[in-house]
Amino acid sequence: MSQYFHSIRIDKEKCDGRMKCMRVCPTQAIRIRDGKAMIIDEKCIDCGECITVCPHDAIIPLTDPFGELSKFRHTVAMPSPALYAQFGREILPEKILSGIKKLGFDDAFDLALTCGEVSFAIQEYLRGYKGPKPLISIACPTVVRLIQVKYPELIDQLIPLEPPRELAAREIKRKKSKELKLKEKEIGTFYLTPCPVKMISIKQPAEKGKSYLDGAISISDIYGPLLSAIEDTGKGSYRKELENICILGVGWAMDGGICRTLRLKNSLAVSGLADILKVFDDIERGNLRNIDFIEAYSCQQGCVGGSLTVENVYISYNKILKLIETLEYEQIKACPDIREVRKLYGQKYFFIRGKFEPRPLIPLDKDLAKAIKKRKEKEEIYESLPKIDCGACGAPECITFAEDVVRGDAELTDCIFNLPQKFKELSKEFSDLLDEPALLSQTKSGAKKISKKGKAIK
Amino acid sequence: MTMSSEDGFSQKFEITGRDFSNAGRISTSIKEILKEIGIDRSIVIRASIASYEAEMNVVMYADRAVLTLNITPEKLHLKLDDEGSGIENVEMAMQEGFSTATDEMREMGFGAGMGLPNIKKNADKFKISSIPGKGTSLDIIFCLNKTEKK
Repeated sequence: MSQYFHSIRIDKEKCDGRMKCMRVCPTQAIRIRDGKAMIIDEKCIDCGECITVCPHDAIIPLTDPFGELSKFRHTVAMPSPALYAQFGREILPEKILSGIKKLGFDDAFDLALTCGEVSFAIQEYLRGYKGPKPLISIACPTVVRLIQVKYPELIDQLIPLEPPRELAAREIKRKKSKELKLKEKEIGTFYLTPCPVKMISIKQPAEKGKSYLDGAISISDIYGPLLSAIEDTGKGSYRKELENICILGVGWAMDGGICRTLRLKNSLAVSGLADILKVFDDIERGNLRNIDFIEAYSCQQGCVGGSLTVENVYISYNKILKLIETLEYEQIKACPDIREVRKLYGQKYFFIRGKFEPRPLIPLDKDLAKAIKKRKEKEEIYESLPKIDCGACGAPECITFAEDVVRGDAELTDCIFNLPQKFKELSKEFSDLLDEPALLSQTKSGAKKISKKGKAIK
Repeated sequence: MTMSSEDGFSQKFEITGRDFSNAGRISTSIKEILKEIGIDRSIVIRASIASYEAEMNVVMYADRAVLTLNITPEKLHLKLDDEGSGIENVEMAMQEGFSTATDEMREMGFGAGMGLPNIKKNADKFKISSIPGKGTSLDIIFCLNKTEKK
């Protein structure tokens, strides 16, 4: 078994090898073998792009079912701030949280305040940091994994602070266990997630520690029941509800929200894996050193664009933006006390326990000389291929196929353009055989066999 | 594109002057190759910075160039031969802060006069020669043999 846990599973019954997932995968982690998609564990960064493009819903995100709640004596739900953008303008966080409580959770916790604390902590970290720039936000677990796998050189530029969901789960467990006289493990903390990757960040944190969260429930799974629960709660006062919203925290739902609400000058917000790759290439080349902070989300527009959300991403993005603008206009400051945050920061309250370790791809060979030789072979194989990236061999591009061959994971004849060649060789072998008179009498049946085989290969 | 030499891996890349839209692509390809081969991380960083600076120098100042990457178990060699105006005073060009970049280039964030000095700083061995009116050649070498580091 692989050492990596992934939040994605392929349903072999439903998969018919259409290759859409293979082509969209940003780390070339998918191959088609025997007509079915398969994931190369070392390469997968759990971005969920394949889930979105699969026409048969054959790629299934693993999140927790509701039934998990019964395992705990006390349960707390913590929605991602992206949940706040899934409803109409008049449904504000307070109503949503009380709706969640009706669904069977003992408590619902507003993460926005914790997000606000972490925003301030990021500010503190930026202030004291002297190493290479820019620093990179850890809000998106896919981005953290992308750096571990593809950009290990940038690993020290990840901000080593706990993401708000982890921090909140830790504190809830501490406080509630004292308050209710329960053990910490009897308190179940559940994240309402906009994307599947948060699930692996729980099962297998990037820094090799153990998550404080007990599970993640998909926003799309909870949306229907939640909507009817909210309708029951009646109308509250809009202005009054606004006063409890932490503007810094709401910013975590959208790309650029942290930069904007912290008013960071030299910062950059980027979303979508294709654009992130471009920006990270630039950082690796030593560009962008004048930028202090990069906010990067693998989903378009940030968490509001997660594959497990329901609202159209542009509408929910706009809702968060408008909410921030309203809070700015109304000068609402329901934010954590910065002095308190500084004190906690000094006590290492925000820092992750472990360390982010690189997960670089395995080189072609452990031995340098052999690796160089194999790289040369890869180039030679690639030159012999048609270079049209048809995908029929089961690899996304001719160049990845060449690498698979060198690594021993594929055969040259898996390329359909090499089949005529193979067929030629077979028929030559066959005619050579015919030329040997001594064998002639015996090979008639053998000849039929070969031609049949040839037909089967096409 | 491939050129076979005895026991190494070689690849040639063509760079076109003024082609800003493709600038940086070659150094990215080189970086990918080095990672696949499993070159030490710190060398990959230095080599990608050096190759990027070299590539950008061609894009900004030369007409065209060929960058040859050669890797043997002992060393990583980046050889750049460009055709263009060359450098009048190599010594001056090697000074930090010296630049002949236009305002337009500076606006794009280039021309801080760090290019050549930065290549030299990152390489283990560095050689430059230039003929004004013809072109410039660079030899950028990284030692892969751990005992031979500078």
